[in-house]
Amino acid sequence: MKHVLKLFSLLVVISALWIGLLQASIIPRTHTWLLPIYFIVSLGCYGLLMVGVGLMRFPTCPQEALLLQKDIAEAKDFLKKKGVDVGSD
Amino acid sequence: MDVAKNKYSIIVPTYNERLNIALIVYLIFKHLRDVDFEIIVVDDGSPDGTQEVVKQLQNLYGEDRILLRPRAKKLGLGTAYIHGLKHASGNFVVIMDADLSHHPKYLPNFIKKQLETGASIVTGTRYVTGGGVHGWNLMRKLTSRGANVLAQTLLWPGVSDLTGSFRLYKKSVLEDVISCCVSKGYVFQMEMIVRASRKGYHIEEVPITFVDRVFGSSKLGGSEIVEYLKGLVYLMITT
Repeated sequence: MKHVLKLFSLLVVISALWIGLLQASIIPRTHTWLLPIYFIVSLGCYGLLMVGVGLMRFPTCPQEALLLQKDIAEAKDFLKKKGVDVGSD
Repeated sequence: MDVAKNKYSIIVPTYNERLNIALIVYLIFKHLRDVDFEIIVVDDGSPDGTQEVVKQLQNLYGEDRILLRPRAKKLGLGTAYIHGLKHASGNFVVIMDADLSHHPKYLPNFIKKQLETGASIVTGTRYVTGGGVHGWNLMRKLTSRGANVLAQTLLWPGVSDLTGSFRLYKKSVLEDVISCCVSKGYVFQMEMIVRASRKGYHIEEVPITFVDRVFGSSKLGGSEIVEYLKGLVYLMITT
């Protein structure tokens, strides 16, 4: 099943639940009508939270740049001795 | 799987990587001491003499270890992999970038992970502990993170790093997946991994560090973002 159809069926299920709630009146009607908006807003907030948390915890590796420079020097050294042209590009 | 019989074909597409290709080859040989592998350089007619350097490397390391399979001009990444695949004699294929943003020191980790888990694909991820990025400013990190959250929410891809292109595939799996991918650029990388995930292939991840060597180049303008969103929608509808 194509992914968009999966998402669509999920949406259908959630809508069915919502309509069911509307009809069953377990929650006062006024609240039920607002549920989709609450849902979308929560989803948006969750998304922003994930972006924010991810940004704060974004793994960085400054030491890797140094290690890379070392590796480059080592490689250039070896290759020059063996006759490979490692002039700068 | 009999370890002694595994051979790894490392496909490196190049364009104007005269210096980097030599460095990469040296580092691969340094880190894969006891491994049977070959490096397939797919050069798209670089005007800077990349192919001459590759020939020098062939003299040093052997033409059976370094295969130069060039093309006449820049023809795109997907076709570069397909071209490389045709010449690959290993049962595993590694794809990696030639600009040293992918460090060969992680190759043993990829191999080990695959042997431990029997996975069909091992993909490098920059976004988990043990991995990381260097050389990205805040804006770049923000767009990367935002793009990732969006993709996770919409696609449920099963991997943490969708646009990464440092991967190890079983050769048969790569052949299968690549035949149904039509996108270009980094969306192509996304399409590959999402299609593989949908097909039920066993995918594992290893942390990698990514040192962006193209400092200051803004690879993410408005048009890139539009391309990305279009790619997401395309993948939602077709996978």
